Amino acid sequence: MATPIKSPTPQKKNSKAGEGAWVGKRMKRKEDPRLIRGISHYTDDIKLAGMVHCVFTRSPHGHAEIKAVRTDAAKALAGVIGVYTSVDTTSLGPVPCAIQMPDLRLPRHPVLAEDRVRYVGEPVAVVVAEDLYTAHDAAELVEVDYEPLPAVTDLEKALSKDSPRVHAQFPDNQAFTHQLKNGDIDAAFKKADRVVKQRMMNQRLAPIAMEPRAVVAEYLPGENRLTVWSSTQIPHLLKTQLSLLVRLPETAVRVIAPEVGGGFGSKLNVYGEEGIVPWLAMKTGRPVKWNEGRRENFMATIHGRDALNDVELALKKDGTILGMRARVLADMGAYYQLLTPLIPQLTALMHAGCYKIPAIQIDIIGVFTNKMSTDAYRGAGRPEATFNVERIMEIGAKELGVDPAKFRHMNFPQPKEFPYTTVTGLTYDSAKYQESLSKALKLAGYGNLRQRQKEGWKKGKYYGIGLSTYVEICAIGPSAATPAGGWESGTVRIEPTGKVTVLTGASPHGQGEETTFAQLIADQLSIDPQDVNVLHGDTLAVPYGIGTFGSRATAVGGTAIYMATEKLKTKMATLAAHLLGCKPSDVSFGRGALAAKGGKKIAFDDLVLAAYTARNIPPGFEPGLEATHFFEPSNFTFPFGCHLCAVEVDIETGQIKIEKYIAVDDCGNVINPLLVAGQIQGGIAQGLGQAMWEELIYNDDGQLVTGTLMDYAVPKAHFFPDFILDHTVTPSPVNPMGVKGVGEAGTIASTPCIVNAVCDALWPFGIRHIEMPLKPDRVWNAIRSAQAIPAIATSAEAPKNKAVRRRA
Amino acid sequence: MTKNINITVNEVDRHASVEPRLLLVHFLRENAGLTGTHIGCDTSLCGACTVLLDGRAVKSCTVLAVQADGRKVTTVEGLASDGQLHPLQEGFWEEHGLQCGFCTPGVIMCSHDLLERHPDPTDTEIRESINGNLCRCTGYQHIVAAVKNAARKMSKPLAAEAGAR
Repeated sequence: MATPIKSPTPQKKNSKAGEGAWVGKRMKRKEDPRLIRGISHYTDDIKLAGMVHCVFTRSPHGHAEIKAVRTDAAKALAGVIGVYTSVDTTSLGPVPCAIQMPDLRLPRHPVLAEDRVRYVGEPVAVVVAEDLYTAHDAAELVEVDYEPLPAVTDLEKALSKDSPRVHAQFPDNQAFTHQLKNGDIDAAFKKADRVVKQRMMNQRLAPIAMEPRAVVAEYLPGENRLTVWSSTQIPHLLKTQLSLLVRLPETAVRVIAPEVGGGFGSKLNVYGEEGIVPWLAMKTGRPVKWNEGRRENFMATIHGRDALNDVELALKKDGTILGMRARVLADMGAYYQLLTPLIPQLTALMHAGCYKIPAIQIDIIGVFTNKMSTDAYRGAGRPEATFNVERIMEIGAKELGVDPAKFRHMNFPQPKEFPYTTVTGLTYDSAKYQESLSKALKLAGYGNLRQRQKEGWKKGKYYGIGLSTYVEICAIGPSAATPAGGWESGTVRIEPTGKVTVLTGASPHGQGEETTFAQLIADQLSIDPQDVNVLHGDTLAVPYGIGTFGSRATAVGGTAIYMATEKLKTKMATLAAHLLGCKPSDVSFGRGALAAKGGKKIAFDDLVLAAYTARNIPPGFEPGLEATHFFEPSNFTFPFGCHLCAVEVDIETGQIKIEKYIAVDDCGNVINPLLVAGQIQGGIAQGLGQAMWEELIYNDDGQLVTGTLMDYAVPKAHFFPDFILDHTVTPSPVNPMGVKGVGEAGTIASTPCIVNAVCDALWPFGIRHIEMPLKPDRVWNAIRSAQAIPAIATSAEAPKNKAVRRRA
Repeated sequence: MTKNINITVNEVDRHASVEPRLLLVHFLRENAGLTGTHIGCDTSLCGACTVLLDGRAVKSCTVLAVQADGRKVTTVEGLASDGQLHPLQEGFWEEHGLQCGFCTPGVIMCSHDLLERHPDPTDTEIRESINGNLCRCTGYQHIVAAVKNAARKMSKPLAAEAGAR
């Protein structure tokens, strides 16, 4: 066993614990010692006696009829325990979708394909064998006769009359329609001085958590106890769904999310494999493990984005926004996963951005195609909205000849207008959009950048400056607005020795809540965070909870912990008052002791012990020190900020150089600035990944042609410069800590920011928009086929749109 | 058909009879029980499985166990000694160089190779040297800071030694 490691550089305790001693500090993470030594346990690290392995046989076709499945050869291989197809799993499933909408068409989603496969990677059979290598060999021996069918992967083609049908019963491939309309939109467009239109594709992405999915299941028939370890963001919701999938009472199911190697929304789900593996454990009487390979992860873990957007903005010539219209075709894939149809609705809700827009109309059509399901991927609907909004604002400003920074500034609601109700019906809690914009402009030296841009034109250099003033919807969320409860649970137990155990229903997987929640409680109870142990992810230990996603863990889960601790403090004050002979309101919490007004004290540990020994307690006092709070938020929170990016585009090669990236974010009060910076930096990298490199491509036959890390460009270290971070602080009134959430901000803000910068650089060419990802060939082709060439050779001034010459 | 091999892993000799197709990463995880080396892809592109083979960083999913026969392997579990973290581990902790931690052992082992060859790397050198290791959480900035932090610490004893001479 590894020996415990002491911190080599103990955290500086520069102030007394208790009075904000820990909250707001850059405390090193409590999670890290086990992770940096490689001695923590992810799902694949779990080994059980007698454990066997399973491997799936998956469809190589985007769309095909299954004529026959022959498993004899696979079954005959030495070491194979069983081979199963949909014939065997009829009692299992279907794969759940939590979304209900009036006109939602719900296709059946079996855990193993029945008579038809509808996307590449759809599981058809599963093999169980004594070891992993044998299981792989056997999976290849499963023979499936397919009759390939025409596939449809293009959103617009899918809606055409002669398109192949993904599900025969839905002839138009439409999954649902959804309209959000408010204000007099027709009048807005009628009276506009200028209408700006742009079509923009928000391409399909792969989440690529570095740990692929993994499941281990063990069933003990005597105890009727099914234990499932899964790399999931939602252990409790998974437990409920699994009990339905495998048809066991929920009390017989325990789900453990051990160390989870990233999620980004891809593990905010209930997958067919998560039902099959426990079913196999019950069927074979052996513990079963499944590890998803990366190739499987590309094909069969949910994808993100994939929406075709037609956006229109109605403007007055002074830059005032009159209205916005958008039509969004949202690709569902072939089936729904847990939240698939919900994601584009978030896009509609956030389509007002941080602007005053009097009228809006958003029409969304969900479309079935022969691809893997889309679902929540970091930002989940909000990056799509922000991209549409920030791009159309940019284009609108440019077309009117108004500086993009000034244009944004003039259309922001004023700080005194908060809480601010948007045209989409949301109530933004608090914001100072002007402040974050001004700060970013100042940090960047915006005036100088613009000056340099003009000078660059003379030298044939193309510099671009991109802005993104974003707002996001976080702390998801009030239960009324969520499919499966928007609250979170928190339990705080002060053990008889004075150490504190915290149980959180949020299920962090890299966010660092073991540290931030300890900081929070350390301040509340005037103790050391090292004495607080935060547990999560085990449904047998932790009261029912919702999970970690939607930037909610701190604002909702943290608040639950905070409230539970406040309950304990009240109780402790009552006991202390009894023992010290004073009123509870006269008791204060100091480091190591509680004190009465007159100066009498009782040591923290003594008081705790007194609550457990219970020999001298006031009448009616409930022994013990444990409290649970289920926190139901009254509203979402709305973090915001301004990102600014400076680029140079090499017009000979189409290469983009990121010269400067500045992020000014406001996530309300900050518990640990080090962790906030980590979230923002990682988010920016992920958002830039979409803008610059990442793209899942299916060809017309439904083949996934960017299905490995060789073809799908996850950003690498040398792709980026250091990002420059700053912040403003506008506390949220929605929770007592004034926190908002920060997990998705970077991803939401950065994508339009850099596209704005690149299109700004190429504006002299008359280029309004280039579809993502902005790979050099795409940028180069856009320049080559541009209608206009810049008039810079002869003009020293900025080439306004009018001033460009047409190509002869 | 199996082959007898002997690999020294973190200074412990490990004898085993293995299939020739067994990957080194599976040998380390299954036979040696060292699960700190992670598997993040199946095409040698993510770097999560990086270990040191005779002191040089290799992706252990692209090395067969039989190729490591008679050689020395160091995994992340072999870095800390006597309860003292390796400077790289300290650096990652102090600079928040990890979030979910899955890629971290691989990045640390790759950085170990870098610092052995270039004790005082620039930011660019660090970024280029770890470009075979994917991290989806951090955006790499804190990883670069972590490696620099370690480089500073590792150069100190050398400097002190030089001063003493």
